[in-house]
Amino acid sequence: MRTIRFLLAKEFRQIFRNKAILAMILVVPVMQLVVLPLAANYEVKNINISVVDNDHSTYSAKLIFKVTSSGYFRMTEAKNTFNDAFKLIETDKADLVLEIPHGFEQRLIREDEQKLFIAVNAINGTKANLGGAYLNNIIRNFNADLRLQMIVPGKLNPMPVVEIAPTNWYNPLLDYHVFMVPGILAVLLTMIGSYLTALNIVKEKEVGTIEQINVTPIKKHHFILGKLIPFLVLSLVVFTLGLIVAWAVYGIVPAGSIGLMYGFILIYLLAVLGLGLLISTYCDTQQQAMFIAFFFLMIFIMMGGLFTPIESMPGWAKSLTALNPVSYMIDVMRMIVLKGSGFNNIKHQLMKVFLFAVVFNSWAIWNYKKTT
Amino acid sequence: MKETVIKTDKLTKRFGDFVATNEISLEVYKGEIFGFLGANGAGKTTAMRMLCGLSIPSSGQATIAGFDVYKQTEHIKKHIGYMSQKFSLYEDLTVLENIRFFGGIYGLSNADIKTKSEALLNELGLQDEAKTLVGSLPLGWKQKLSFSVAILHDPKIVFLDEPTGGVDPVTRRQFWDLIYNAADRGITIFVTTHYMDEAEYCNRISIMVDGRIQALDSPANLKKQFNASSMDEVFFELARGAKRGE
Ligand SMILES: Nc1ncnc2c1ncn2[C@@H]1O[C@H](COP(=O)(O)OP(=O)(O)OP(=O)(O)O)[C@@H](O)[C@H]1O
Ligand SMILES: [Mg+2]
Repeated sequence: MRTIRFLLAKEFRQIFRNKAILAMILVVPVMQLVVLPLAANYEVKNINISVVDNDHSTYSAKLIFKVTSSGYFRMTEAKNTFNDAFKLIETDKADLVLEIPHGFEQRLIREDEQKLFIAVNAINGTKANLGGAYLNNIIRNFNADLRLQMIVPGKLNPMPVVEIAPTNWYNPLLDYHVFMVPGILAVLLTMIGSYLTALNIVKEKEVGTIEQINVTPIKKHHFILGKLIPFLVLSLVVFTLGLIVAWAVYGIVPAGSIGLMYGFILIYLLAVLGLGLLISTYCDTQQQAMFIAFFFLMIFIMMGGLFTPIESMPGWAKSLTALNPVSYMIDVMRMIVLKGSGFNNIKHQLMKVFLFAVVFNSWAIWNYKKTT
Repeated sequence: MKETVIKTDKLTKRFGDFVATNEISLEVYKGEIFGFLGANGAGKTTAMRMLCGLSIPSSGQATIAGFDVYKQTEHIKKHIGYMSQKFSLYEDLTVLENIRFFGGIYGLSNADIKTKSEALLNELGLQDEAKTLVGSLPLGWKQKLSFSVAILHDPKIVFLDEPTGGVDPVTRRQFWDLIYNAADRGITIFVTTHYMDEAEYCNRISIMVDGRIQALDSPANLKKQFNASSMDEVFFELARGAKRGE
């Protein structure tokens, strides 16, 4: 216990003495959190839509109202036939055409299912595609029995039906800030935690100070705790700053319990710092550590569901996410911040992350050799 | 009867096919200043790291302060001090912070740390530099500090790997005064050096060539044995056959 006190005093002194690094640890993530969500904004507004209403029922009118009032779409000329409306796409006057078929209301009531047809403008694919996704979402919210069928004019391949991540249900207006900020914060925390730990220990190897530690009777787990605790504290400070930025800049207030969130983060950080430790035990130079950490973090982050919803990944990639701590973190952050999920909802993720923490840290302690 | 504190028997370290330290056998007695000589690359650091419990031997036997270098490395570490060839105190901590840190790691009480660090600063004349970052001290002072920290916990044996490399002659003298003081307190000194005048200060020396110990005796006896007028000549006689180094 006393040994750990000495280790902590030393570590914190070194951290606070290196003002440049300290500033980088604290300022850079805040800046990234302010800038990145703005850049990662996929939201598209003013999508031109032409609706061909063949049904003229109250139900179809309601649906049209729902679409126009969502704020994403702008009605262009209404046409009486699909072919006429299609010309609008060809002349680039519309991004989307939505066709409500004859007998739409009646059949919906009778058969509990009805198809709507949309045609998208393949020229501005992103806009039309996203428009399709929004439309799909609005329609599903309107009536879960409705299905959209996409038609892409003049293309060989039919455009795939856009998958909507379930999280969008809790973010019905698809506000990408609310969606991205918790995820980006999760990624920042992961990078800072693992890099700091890995580089710090490998630096001691490079400079040679670790030799002076290894020749003392210090216990391995004391040494490791002496490294973990300071970076845990530092990472929690970064996380808190992140929450403040999310609130001050984006007005995001977690829907769920903050205590639960910190509880989860604590376990998650143990896993992330453990990964950093583990990497450091296999590397002799900071360069090696950088590359190895970079390699794993890149995969973890790209496949963690920050940009690409895990639900729309191919099967093999989906099963790989079970081994990806970052995916649990992004998931849980979004669950707590957006949905207000409680302990029972995140129990599974918590268990998994706890397992990662145990494995990474025991592996690191096992592989850290005071004697080679 | 002389008490043996270091005993090695055919101690060997291989790195792949390369035999860095080849079957060295020696005994060092309590209170002795033992000079461990050899040209660059002879295998001194490699041998010393095995004796300190930092590196597991490939074969052979050794006990340090009665503890086995294979199985009892952590016991060994309680009873030795080590000053590595590469300066390895924390440059971004002050003199006092380094002393306190290592004192704490070795489990000294707060009172002990306080009295010892005061005594140490006095002995080194570093009172005014107590709050100076170690990184900004001149090399000679760093080395003296490093030595004093290595014996802070009153080890039985202290291993010094080229403690005076690159240090000016005056500071080297002062350094050897520190070594003598420590030896007077009963600490056994195991030291490597490339300076032959320093070899003369040792009670006994061994000379390593290409991983093997080629000679081991007191400086006077060695000079007699090799019919030489100085240690320089003895060393040259032995080391010129070396394949490594250069
Ligand atoms: N980890 C290692 N892997 C492979 N070879 C090594 C390793 N450590 C040392 N060697 C080699 O073993 C030989 C002895 O090295 P060592 O550092 O023990 O020499 P030394 O006597 O301390 O030399 P110097 O006076 O230059 O410090 C050298 O040729 C060195 O390259
Ligand atoms: Mg050496």
